[in-house]
Amino acid sequence: MIEVKHLTKRYGKLTAIKDISFTVDTGEVLGFLGPNGAGKSTTMNIITGYISSNEGTVTIDGSEILEEPKKTKQKIGYLPENPPLYTDMTVRKYLEFMFDLKRVRLPKAEHVDEVMRLVGLSKHGKRLIKNLSKGYKQRVGFAQALLGDPQVIVLDEPTVGLDPQQIIEIRKLIKSLGKKHTVIFSSHVLSEISETCDRIIIIYGGKIIADAKADSLYEALGSDRRLSLSVEGNAGEISSELNKIPEVLRVKRVESDKKVSRFTLDYKAEADVRRSVFNAMARINCPIIEMRSGDESLEDMYLRLIEKAKGGER
Amino acid sequence: MSAVYKREMSGYFNSAIAYVVIAMFFFFSGTFFYYDCFRQDFAGLSYVFGDMFFITMFIIPILTMKTFSEEKRQKTDQALLTSPASLFEIVLGKFLGALTIYAVCCSMFLVYGIVLSAFAKPQWSVILCTLLGIFLLGAALIAINIFISSLTESMVVAAVVGMGIGMIIAAMDYFINSIPVDWITFIMEKINFLNYYKNFTYGILSIVDVVFFLSVTGLFLFLTTRVLERRRWS
Repeated sequence: MIEVKHLTKRYGKLTAIKDISFTVDTGEVLGFLGPNGAGKSTTMNIITGYISSNEGTVTIDGSEILEEPKKTKQKIGYLPENPPLYTDMTVRKYLEFMFDLKRVRLPKAEHVDEVMRLVGLSKHGKRLIKNLSKGYKQRVGFAQALLGDPQVIVLDEPTVGLDPQQIIEIRKLIKSLGKKHTVIFSSHVLSEISETCDRIIIIYGGKIIADAKADSLYEALGSDRRLSLSVEGNAGEISSELNKIPEVLRVKRVESDKKVSRFTLDYKAEADVRRSVFNAMARINCPIIEMRSGDESLEDMYLRLIEKAKGGER
Repeated sequence: MSAVYKREMSGYFNSAIAYVVIAMFFFFSGTFFYYDCFRQDFAGLSYVFGDMFFITMFIIPILTMKTFSEEKRQKTDQALLTSPASLFEIVLGKFLGALTIYAVCCSMFLVYGIVLSAFAKPQWSVILCTLLGIFLLGAALIAINIFISSLTESMVVAAVVGMGIGMIIAAMDYFINSIPVDWITFIMEKINFLNYYKNFTYGILSIVDVVFFLSVTGLFLFLTTRVLERRRWS
């Protein structure tokens, strides 16, 4: 459905994104993850035709945005980071304007009604947009993107600034959209993406650093196994002993009081280090109070990936 | 295009701009009408039109200052530029919106003409010809000011620059007299709006004048689309 090939965008000397390529299948919900300033918005702006890339192409359902802008843009609904709202209009008037602007060929009144109902704006049609709260403004922006039932829906951080209740509603909405539409949405909150998306692309410093199905994220990202450990004894001695175990990748002291120190231990996925840990601690006569295996959390993994990417830059 | 046009009209009337501009135009034209016609006992609108030339220079930047600068600042241009509407349709929609407000302003001259008819026999051909002139002048100025608005994110900057350019256009005669270099004055003579506008106020409908204002309008509308296009690439 969406084919992005070798996109590069430079703002003067600054390269915002560099050689980004990916494809999205019909009906797929793609999560775009990355810290602020990673190039998410730039990529989305290029896909929707707001700005142009210096290199590379975007093809949507077989038509290229620069070659057939009218035809291509009609297939996309876009909610930018700041919803593009004319605040002096009422919700309904604004949606009708967007309906006309997008040249939607559906019965106008019914379609606008339907979209307003879908995002929960039915009762607010007559209110001026400037008097709406942030959450409702976001919904108007959302409604605008849904007008005309576009094949592709691009959402740039749709949940920022919403309260938890609204976030859950919006996520539900995105999930339900995924059945009929192809959705790309960005966020810097990983849990949100992993919950809603079929596939995740992590972008950092203008480059894709990971691209994986949501359910196979751990394997795809080469995640390590993790052990939480509480040991009685001298913290320095314990950690140096733990580091001697060959399969152990990282030892991190989480906290310690006079007697007990807590560590997290990352080790290679294929190994099981529990016995070696036991033996090692026995050798230095430090009793293990608690040992618990727990995989690296998604957030940690994400941060580690970004750390890795940062390291690569230096 | 019609969507953008409708949006512009609702934008003008939702804010105070349309009312302020129309009121200012009516006030000044009414004042000039009183002084130039009633005080002078003169049954023609030529002087009123002549004076309004300068007022138009100040009113039009106010009318158009928001057109693109505010869209960019509020990021509503993202909705326009990602819609299937082409750049030219967007620019044209905005231009026609401003032109409609301006046409409402100009329609007041017809009222003055009718008022004059009650007391004397004004030359309607001259009035209508001048009306066409001030309308075309306004169209050209609107295009120029929309172009200025597309260059900045601040509507204040757009308005001030627009008025500055308006003053230069209005004072072109003085510049021409004070610059001793022949080829510069030759060029300035050719782009002196007043030269082309004057003929209309005399009741002379010349194709050259009409084409001049239409070309300026077309040129600046085109340049505006270029500015928007260029922004995509920068």
